[in-house]
Amino acid sequence: MAESVYLKLVGARLRGQMSYRTSFLLQCVAQAINQLAELAIILVLFNRVSALGGFSVAEVVLMYAIAGTAFGIADMVAGQLDELPTYIRTGTFDVLLLRPLGTLAQMMASDLHLRKVGRIVAGLVVLAYALSRNDIAWSAGTVALAVLAPVSGAVIFSSIWVTANAVCFWVVDGQELANTVTYGSNAFTSYPITVYGPWLRRFFAFVVPGAFVAYYPSLALLGRPDPLGGPALLGWISPLVAVAAAVVAGLVWRTAVRHYRGTGS
Amino acid sequence: MIEVRELRREFTVTTKVGRFRRERRVVRAVDDVGFEVAAGEAVGYVGPNGAGKSTTIKMLTGILVPTSGFVRVCGVDPARRRRELARRIGVVFGQRSQLWWDLPLRDSFELLRAVYRVPKADYASRLRECVDLLDLGPFLDTPVRQLSLGQRMRGEVVASLLHGPELLVLDEPTIGLDLESKERLREFLADLNRERGTTLLLTTHDLDDIERLCPRLVVIDRGTVLADGALDELRAEVAPERVLVVDLEKPAELVGLPGVRSSRVESNGLRHHLTFSRDTTAAKVISAVAAQAEVHDLAVVEPEIDDVVRRLYARR
Repeated sequence: MAESVYLKLVGARLRGQMSYRTSFLLQCVAQAINQLAELAIILVLFNRVSALGGFSVAEVVLMYAIAGTAFGIADMVAGQLDELPTYIRTGTFDVLLLRPLGTLAQMMASDLHLRKVGRIVAGLVVLAYALSRNDIAWSAGTVALAVLAPVSGAVIFSSIWVTANAVCFWVVDGQELANTVTYGSNAFTSYPITVYGPWLRRFFAFVVPGAFVAYYPSLALLGRPDPLGGPALLGWISPLVAVAAAVVAGLVWRTAVRHYRGTGS
Repeated sequence: MIEVRELRREFTVTTKVGRFRRERRVVRAVDDVGFEVAAGEAVGYVGPNGAGKSTTIKMLTGILVPTSGFVRVCGVDPARRRRELARRIGVVFGQRSQLWWDLPLRDSFELLRAVYRVPKADYASRLRECVDLLDLGPFLDTPVRQLSLGQRMRGEVVASLLHGPELLVLDEPTIGLDLESKERLREFLADLNRERGTTLLLTTHDLDDIERLCPRLVVIDRGTVLADGALDELRAEVAPERVLVVDLEKPAELVGLPGVRSSRVESNGLRHHLTFSRDTTAAKVISAVAAQAEVHDLAVVEPEIDDVVRRLYARR
């Protein structure tokens, strides 16, 4: 029953966006182009070098495709949290609190960024291509991983989004900081983490669990050991990391909303 | 229906002092507010800007948690059981919308039906009734963004009633509306209170709203309750004088009228404004006037409600 409410909210959002049909389609196309532009950067880079952090062009494209698809899904589901300061300032957030539903679910469902479908589709196309170009030992495990990796990645990115934006409940101008973490982690995860310095690597790999979006699952898909010496297991636990990240994000959001209702702004 | 005792709410305000230092200051937006509203009442909650009205409303509806004090709405602690309370009360904010901007009004209602899990039959009958009374029919299928403010406000009120709340809280419901829209909304709300017994609590700057809707009013300023009572009583208490306006057939001078404190003469002695206290009655003054001159027309003017409120503020 409760789920159907959220489905209806999503449906309403879709109909709302469709009332500006041309603009919506153009935005979808723009999103797809955006996604492919990031791919172009990688390809240009490989014109100059033959390997990046020890990985070939096909391997890097695989990482990029998993990360890009995951980010596209997360951006669709959680991207509107960037609007949180506006929600707070205009009192729209108070309206959410007046309804008998959770605030986070309401924000996600009723303001879904559907134009990001363009980004997701482009990501999936590249992903299919990358999977076919790499030498992958297909088995039940790797097939499951190929499907689960983008989904887990999406959950991880969404959790990052929720956590980073929850800062806005304390600091109304926290948006810039939140963006650094959300969009920054997207940029980070599209490349093998071996190209980064150790501190940045540790921060984005384990504090913000970005390395579990694309890097480790790609290693497992490719059957390659981690050049940094991490155990092979890391490549398979992204779904668990995703669940943990979601739990943390949920707790942070709850604390943040409690803070908002406690001190207001 | 509403029970509030010793309600307090503090905010921390940070202000810049010098280039880097910031000073934190605690401001009490609501300070020791207490009142009760019985089921079926219609109460006006008035006060100047920044008096603490909205903060109180936010605590009653569970948006904000009180710093201290006791609140029960429909027998429920709003801060702890926000979602449960949400099903039982309706809230209309004049300045923010709960409708879906890009969708027709009808779709917004349908969504709210799902959000509040209203049974289909109840929903259909409530909607039909509201649509008839507020005449929403002609624009039910228009996207909300294209509605006029008056139309949208009517939609907002209906949206807050679809789940059949026991209590309707309205924060500045008539703000920005033209006279006709205001009148129509007031009529509807008065009806709702009378016929369906829905309890009303409304904040407003438009004192005509109070005059038309609320037999009782709670006046607050700087976070505390200044006065609580029937409009008539408050009027008698703080504005004890009424004015008798008489038009005479021929210009005349009126002297020695009982209880008349001051008078003002217009139109070369034809019209007299006589201010008299509550110790005497209008009838006595009128007969005293009639004894001295021939009366063409007369009217007794009660003090304006904004006058009453202004005097309450001044009395502090």
